[in-house]
Amino acid sequence: MNWLTDLSPDELTAIRLSLWVAMWAMAVSLPLGVATAMLLARGKFWGKSVLNVLVHLPLVLPPVVTGYVLLLLFGRKGPLGRFFADTIGLVFAFRWTGAALASAVMGFPLMVRAIRLSLDAVDRRLEEAAATLGASAVWVFVTVTLPLILPGIVAGMILSFARSLGEFGATITFVSNIPGETQTVPTAIYMATQVPGGDAAALRLTVIAVVISAVALFASEAVARRAARGAAT
Amino acid sequence: MTLEVSVEHRLDAFTLDAEFAVEGGLTALFGRSGAGKTSVINVIAGLIRPDRGRVMLDGEALTDTATGRFVPAHRRRIGYVFQEGRLFPHLTVRQNLLYGRRFAGLPRRAADIDQVVGLLGIGDLLARRPATLSGGEKQRVAIGRALLARPRLLVMDEPLASLDEGRKAEILPYIERLRDETRIPIVYVSHSIPEVARLATNLVVLSSGRVAATGTPAEIMGRLDLFPLTGRVEAGAILNTRVTGVDARFGLSLLRAAAGELRVPRLDLPLGTALRVRIRARDVMIGLHPPEGLSALNVLPGTVAEIGQAEGPIVEIRLDCAGEALVARLTRRSVEALGLEPGRQVYAVIKSIAFDHHAFAGTTPAAGADADAVAG
Repeated sequence: MNWLTDLSPDELTAIRLSLWVAMWAMAVSLPLGVATAMLLARGKFWGKSVLNVLVHLPLVLPPVVTGYVLLLLFGRKGPLGRFFADTIGLVFAFRWTGAALASAVMGFPLMVRAIRLSLDAVDRRLEEAAATLGASAVWVFVTVTLPLILPGIVAGMILSFARSLGEFGATITFVSNIPGETQTVPTAIYMATQVPGGDAAALRLTVIAVVISAVALFASEAVARRAARGAAT
Repeated sequence: MTLEVSVEHRLDAFTLDAEFAVEGGLTALFGRSGAGKTSVINVIAGLIRPDRGRVMLDGEALTDTATGRFVPAHRRRIGYVFQEGRLFPHLTVRQNLLYGRRFAGLPRRAADIDQVVGLLGIGDLLARRPATLSGGEKQRVAIGRALLARPRLLVMDEPLASLDEGRKAEILPYIERLRDETRIPIVYVSHSIPEVARLATNLVVLSSGRVAATGTPAEIMGRLDLFPLTGRVEAGAILNTRVTGVDARFGLSLLRAAAGELRVPRLDLPLGTALRVRIRARDVMIGLHPPEGLSALNVLPGTVAEIGQAEGPIVEIRLDCAGEALVARLTRRSVEALGLEPGRQVYAVIKSIAFDHHAFAGTTPAAGADADAVAG
């Protein structure tokens, strides 16, 4: 089993980076995902269908296209890239932050869908009841809506996290494949298969990717079950 | 407390155009399904913003479209008991009960909590989740939840409609105690005559979005012209009586009303208890002379006050029995055969057996109350 445990420093870094990137992608998506789902489920405004299409676009576009659009927008010379670099010093191009952004964008439609579905299932009459008991709109959201959509939020987080772990096309297009900075497990596997004698490394990382994904899914299932039990009974 | 409502509101094909004013006690909004009862209390509670009109509570405008004033529902302090309870499924019964306390700035531990829990008999349920409660338990918790936010006014939307007869009988006494002990004014929506007859101190009759009549239950129930609205089958007058005696040998109770004395199957109520008795029109016979050789025990003398519009062979007549109204349903043939006309002296005959639990406010005979007790 030595071939499996003898991880090179680069491989270890790739694994750590994958988890790190996926966690950030999920964490940053979460508030935006809840807000977007609220807008789409409850909002009445002009351009709602445009927003809906925009959010879901990464789901249907080839990932390479999404990555290229990100490069145009958030690259060093892109308008948004420059804006973030100038205002808060946040650079995406060829950094792990860019990998996280790409992962977040790719996982976003999945997260929004999961949360929106659970929002649609919320009995609005309960929110009305909360209002008659003195709860303002914000309190209604915090004390009634949020607990009721918790299973959907957890499901959305899992989907986003899992999608991030598997992100390849958009990441490699946007931030390339720099070991230690933007090389995640999928890109590392891809690189390993491209060089002579890389088979062992590719297999190692593949096994590890399977294990990480399985553990993440089991953990999230458990969390989702607990959340669902808390909300349903 | 004074509540003045005067609103116009269009909802799809339905138009609400209602105006009424009520004071304290329990005001029943009565009418058939679709009469606009729920819309009215939604306007009062601030869940509907009407097209035009005002809602005034103790002189304060809660809604006034003329000035653009609209106090949002969460600032009105109007407790709302919904038909389906609407308990929060993710909270325990205790958490549900205390939900409104924080927003009302009330402590989470206080004597009034124990008092309400005791009043509603929900002490054993506190740790449970709503999903595990029976329909009747849910409604009692919903009432407690609304009460504990210490509302200025409580509105109840057919809180018993989703319950079977047994559960209704379980909750009615709690609502009576609520009315008599908490002094919180209540607006109570119902389409059930027995419920309204038992609970209401005041009645607002709604029909197709308009107010058809307002008055005390006795006034409204005695009005022949409202029978199409109040429902012919259950229609009947209300007598205010007091328990004056017991006929132990035959198991009867004696009730005294202004109209005369009634003997009814025994009630387990203390002497002196005030009792509202509903006598359905179909249970009343009319004689021109004091009857002899008749098994019926209750004979009330009176005069014919009004003869209603005939519907087919049936006609209702209203009697004036020493100031109290009594309604009888007869055939047109009988009215003609007896030569009944306003002013004519007659005798109303009611079988004691007519005072079964159907004649009264939905209580079960097992509860020992064929009639409904009204404190006072």
